[in-house]
Amino acid sequence: MKQNVIEFRNVSKLFGNVAAVIDNNLAVEAGEFLSILGPSGCGKTTSLRMMAGFEQPTSGEVYIRGENVTGVPAFRRPVNMVFQHYALFPHLSVQDNVSYGLRQRRPRPATADVAKAVDEALSMVRLDGYGSRRTYELSGGQQQRVALARALINRPAVLLLDEPLAALDRKLRRDMQVELQNLQRNVGITFLLVTHDQEEALSMSDRVCVMREGRLVQVGTPRELYDKPVNRYVAEFVGKSNFFKAGEAGKVTSVRPELIDVAKSKKALPDGLVTSTEAKVLNRIFLGEQTEYRVASESLGEFAVVTPRKAEREAGAFDIGDRIAVGWRAEAARLLPDE
Amino acid sequence: MTAALLAPAGVFFLFLLIIPLAVVLVFSFGERAPAGGYAAAFTFDNYLNLPARSKAFINTLTLAPLGTLLTAIIAFPVAYFLAVKVSPRWRVTMLVLIMAPFWTSQLLRYYAWIMLLGAKGIPSWLALIGITDVRLINTPWAVLIGAVYGFLPLMVPPIYVSLEKLDKRLLEASADLGATPVSTFFQITLPLALPGVATGSMLVFILLMGDYILPQYLGGGKVFFIGNALVDLFLQSRNWPFGAAVSVALVLIMLVTIYAYMRFVLSRGDRRRAALV
Repeated sequence: MKQNVIEFRNVSKLFGNVAAVIDNNLAVEAGEFLSILGPSGCGKTTSLRMMAGFEQPTSGEVYIRGENVTGVPAFRRPVNMVFQHYALFPHLSVQDNVSYGLRQRRPRPATADVAKAVDEALSMVRLDGYGSRRTYELSGGQQQRVALARALINRPAVLLLDEPLAALDRKLRRDMQVELQNLQRNVGITFLLVTHDQEEALSMSDRVCVMREGRLVQVGTPRELYDKPVNRYVAEFVGKSNFFKAGEAGKVTSVRPELIDVAKSKKALPDGLVTSTEAKVLNRIFLGEQTEYRVASESLGEFAVVTPRKAEREAGAFDIGDRIAVGWRAEAARLLPDE
Repeated sequence: MTAALLAPAGVFFLFLLIIPLAVVLVFSFGERAPAGGYAAAFTFDNYLNLPARSKAFINTLTLAPLGTLLTAIIAFPVAYFLAVKVSPRWRVTMLVLIMAPFWTSQLLRYYAWIMLLGAKGIPSWLALIGITDVRLINTPWAVLIGAVYGFLPLMVPPIYVSLEKLDKRLLEASADLGATPVSTFFQITLPLALPGVATGSMLVFILLMGDYILPQYLGGGKVFFIGNALVDLFLQSRNWPFGAAVSVALVLIMLVTIYAYMRFVLSRGDRRRAALV
C-alpha cells in the first residue's frame, strides 16, 4: 500500500453554524497528482487551507507524513501552496520571492547555495534570467511560474494548488496544464490541486476526489469517475450525461451522450442494442471535432447525443426536424442512485 | 485650460511662499536697524552668528526626530489593530475617536498636560508609591509626551491606509513559506506599510520642527525649539536679519533631512507604491 502524505481523519470544519467540511477522510498518496473537484462552496478550498494550516479543523485530525499536525501553524508545516492570485510579494524581486522560503530556514543557508537553488528553480519553470525583475512587470503566466518556483524550491511534502489556472486565459491554461503535469513528473513532488473545472481535474490528475457540500462523494482515477460514477451527482459533474427514469424508485439510468448510437432508421442501427427508439432532432450544436444533437423521443423524452465527425462521412449530418433512430448497448446504461 | 486650473495655486504659492521666502532670504543678509527691524546691507554676520542659538537647533534636531519616531512606534500598532483586527463596521468609528482630541483647542490640551505633568500631577501620584523627586514639566520628556499626544492622530491614518491596502494573502503566503509571525511582520507587513509610515512621519516631523507652542508650554522656556528662538528674535529683540538667517537655516535643514529620508524610504520599500504617496 502506498504511504499517505496527507491524511484527514474524520475532519470537520464549522464556520459558525455552517459546516464547510463534514467528516472527511481524504488521503493524499505519496507522489501522486490528486485533484479535489467540486462546485464553489463544496469545502474543497477549506480542506486545502486545513492542510496548509491556515484553518484548524473543528474536530478530527490532520496527518502529514504520518505525523499529527492538528493545531500546528502554517509556518511549521512542510507543505507549500500556490495561491489563486499567486500572492507574490510586490516589494521583492523575482529572485527574492523565490528564495523567500529558503531564507526563513534556521540556520540560514549560505547565500551562494540560495542563489544556486533560485537559478535551478527559475530554470525549472522556464524563467531563466528573470531573477532581477519585479513581479508586477511579468505577465499572468509568468507570475504563475514564479509562484510555482517559490513553492517548489522548498521541496514540500505536498504542493497545494488553489485554482492556480483560474486567472489565466483559455489558451494559456491549456499550456499550463501540460506544464504542471510535466513538472510534477520531473520533480516527483506530490501535487494536490483544487479546482471546479472538471476538464482540468480529469486531464491532469492521477486521482480525483469529488466533493459535495463538505463531503467526499467519490475518489478514483479520472477513468473510474467517468465510467463508474457512484451517483447522479458525479455523473453530472464529471462529463455530461443523460438521465432517464428507471424502474426502481430513487434510481436513474445514466447514458453518456457519446455512447448513444445514431442512424437514419432503426434498420441502419448496429446490432446488439438493448434500447432503440425513433427520435426527432430538435437542435444541432457544431463543436468542431464532434456534433451534439438535442433529440426527443416519445418514450424517453429529450436528451443529448454526441457523434464524432468521422461518423458523418457515411451518414452525413442530420438536420433539425429529421426523424432518426437512436439506441445504446447494455453496458452504456448505468443504474445510479438519484442523488 | 490647464493654466487656468493651476492659476489659483500658482498665485497662492507666488504671494504666500515664494515672495515671502525671497524677502526672508534678502533680510538674512541685512543688518538690524538701530530701533529694531531690518536695515539694508550685505553681510554674512547673521549666519556666522548662528552658533549663538545652537541650543535651539540641538533641541529641535534631537527632539523632533525622536518625537516622530516615538509617535510612529506608538501609532503603528494602533493602525495595525484598526486595519487588521477591527471589524470593518467599527473602523470608521474608531478612526474618528482617534481624531477626537483635535476637536478641542490645542492650547487647552497643552494646559491639561501642564497640570498632569506638573508637581501636583503625575509626580505627586508617583510619590504615593514611593517614587519621589520626579520632574516632568519643563523637561525634554514633557515635550516628547506632548509630541506623541499631539501628533498621534496625524500619524495613525496614513499608516492605517497602507495597512488596509495590504493584501492579507501575502501574510498567509509568508507563513506558508515558513516565516514566523515576527519575520512576516518585518519582511512583509512593515516594508509594505512603509509608504504610510513615511507619509505620517513627514507630516509629524515637519510640524514638530517648526513648532513653538509645544516647547513653549510643556518645555516652559527651558526646552526651547528653533520656533521659540524665532519668536524671540522677531518679536522681542526685534533682530529681523538674524531671525531671517535662523529661518533660512531651518528651511535648509528640513529640505536636506526630508530629501535624505525620502531617498532612504524609497530605496527600501516597494518603489511602485511609495511613488504614489
